[in-house]
Amino acid sequence: MTVTVYIPGDSGALALGADDVAQALADEATKRGAEIAIVRNGSRGLYWLEPMVEVATDAGRMAYGPVAAGDVASLFDADFLSGDDHALSLGDPGEIPFLKNQTRLTFARCGIVDPLSLEDYEAHGGLTGLHKAVAMTASDIVQTVTDSGLRGRGGAGFPTGIKWKTVLDAAGPQKYIVCNADEGDSGTFADRMIMEGDPFVLIEGMAIAGLATAATKGYIYLRSEYPDAIRIMNSAIGIAREKGVLGVSVLGSGKAFDIEVRVGAGAYVCGEETSLLNSLEGKRGVVRAKPPLPAHEGFMARPTVVNNVISLASVPVILDKGAEYYRDFGMGRSRGTIPIQIAGNVKHGGLYETAFGLTLGEIVDVIGGGTATGRPVKAVQVGGPLGAYFPREMFDTPFDYEAFAGKDGLIGHAGITVFDDTADMMKQARFAFEFCAIESCGKCTPCRIGAVRGAETVEKIMQGIEPEKNIALVEDLCNTMKFGSLCALGGFTPYPVMSALTHFPDDFRKNPFLQAAE
Amino acid sequence: MVSNLSPDFSGDRVAAIVDELVDLEGPLLPILHAVQEEFGCVPQDALPVIAKKLNLSRAEVHGVMSFYHDFREQPAGRHTVKICRAEACQSMGGDRIAEHAKGRFKVDFGQTAPDGSVTLEAVYCLGLCACAPAAMVDGKVVGRVDEARIDAISSEVRS
Repeated sequence: MTVTVYIPGDSGALALGADDVAQALADEATKRGAEIAIVRNGSRGLYWLEPMVEVATDAGRMAYGPVAAGDVASLFDADFLSGDDHALSLGDPGEIPFLKNQTRLTFARCGIVDPLSLEDYEAHGGLTGLHKAVAMTASDIVQTVTDSGLRGRGGAGFPTGIKWKTVLDAAGPQKYIVCNADEGDSGTFADRMIMEGDPFVLIEGMAIAGLATAATKGYIYLRSEYPDAIRIMNSAIGIAREKGVLGVSVLGSGKAFDIEVRVGAGAYVCGEETSLLNSLEGKRGVVRAKPPLPAHEGFMARPTVVNNVISLASVPVILDKGAEYYRDFGMGRSRGTIPIQIAGNVKHGGLYETAFGLTLGEIVDVIGGGTATGRPVKAVQVGGPLGAYFPREMFDTPFDYEAFAGKDGLIGHAGITVFDDTADMMKQARFAFEFCAIESCGKCTPCRIGAVRGAETVEKIMQGIEPEKNIALVEDLCNTMKFGSLCALGGFTPYPVMSALTHFPDDFRKNPFLQAAE
Repeated sequence: MVSNLSPDFSGDRVAAIVDELVDLEGPLLPILHAVQEEFGCVPQDALPVIAKKLNLSRAEVHGVMSFYHDFREQPAGRHTVKICRAEACQSMGGDRIAEHAKGRFKVDFGQTAPDGSVTLEAVYCLGLCACAPAAMVDGKVVGRVDEARIDAISSEVRS
């Protein structure tokens, strides 16, 4: 009997040797005459256990990890194909606390199904949302998404339903759905994981968005740093076209919708929606002034929905299970679930989808298990390079858009990067300016010039040149950048800088002469 | 491993690439990617060909090409090693790894070794933030990079 063995093809698993493990498993099976079928699934998001190999047994899936190619022979010796015990046994993966305690709505199938099997996708509840949407009017779909309370998961937190309604109401010969898959924030990988692990859910979400707004063409603007996601997404789109999920008549509805992947070219600023649209049009990725909103004049000056991958991938479950079901998770005005990405110097790094409302401390200390180095946590940066650094004293902050804004921070794309006590926050502040200088599109002065001057000024503080005067200068510069920049790159760079200055003042007041003598 | 070195430039080949992609909405980025795929870089000689076909000025095409970090005027070395310099990798000693790589490869970021063996590039996030520090060697991802791994990559690309 052929036994199905799952070895993630997720690039996080590949980076830890999953391809070598897959090869070793295939070779060893041939050598021993064992009949196995290898499925390259997505990752379940438990990266400290990757590559995590799973076997489909009579008692359900059994997991082993982290598996190296050198472990393969001993796995066969222990009869892992029957789910038997081995030093790397993890048991039923669904029972691992990190996974068991999650609420997986958007990531329900990720790591479980074969990403390129539409049959598998449907067997696990896929396409139900799209089937329901096909039977609904456009405005009913929009209303459902509005009622769900879904807000843009890219970082801005704008209500998705309202954006869709604007596009539905806008007149135009051609409307577009543009998926922002330019996930450039350090500490985030949820978009990558879903595109590699469950690409059909994004396709389904985009098709629903098309039906809801009368848009017939979708683009996925996917960053070039994600070659594996590009390959898997393109294959999935091909399959969806072949099976009538995409094309001239979506699921036989008579309504057309098709998707094309466009590859970015290494510009971080293209994660900003107007700069992304310019890039998609073949121009320099320079930010546009708003208004006009992309919903009115977006791609090719036509009405365009621009949504993040996770926003779109959350739509199928909302249509499938209803607005109330989704809305009943969460707190305050942050409804539903959020895939938190726990990254950096952390023991249990990975993806943790849960309802809004966990405190930062619970996420870092309990779920993440503290630092990988075993040293005390000094700071966590929430929301990528434009997010604030939070000290331990603020770990009671609940994961909620408004709560983070209230503490001069942001959730952003929900990435959390953990730093231990060896981190130098003055260096991190300088890096924030340097990064902004490298990635600035150059359109507005506070960002283009401010970032360069900011990095120079922090450098002066580092050298002990008039530190108090220069700290005041940095604060003033941050104020100018925050209120004078056209987009979030220049406008939010002050978050990491000011939070470092405010919460870690001692790091900026080291005596450089003493330091040099050490 | 695959060589990145450019075959001889051909304006006709560039024209053919443009003809293939010109019907896309906003074709310039796909064209530049395809040209770079073909020649290992976007040679300056390709710009007027693209510009003429798209009814743009050469300056406009150059402006787009030079805006994006991915497009290069000169071909990279036989191997390209990208090392993530962003925060999640910094938190796991990425700066130390970056310095070690510079020493090993004897080049700075953005440079190609004189023997053409390797180009070292900085990248800002490969989405491997839960297995940092991360790198990419000829398009293949590598996680939890340490000094020994850099040494191994170095002997591989120099061989």
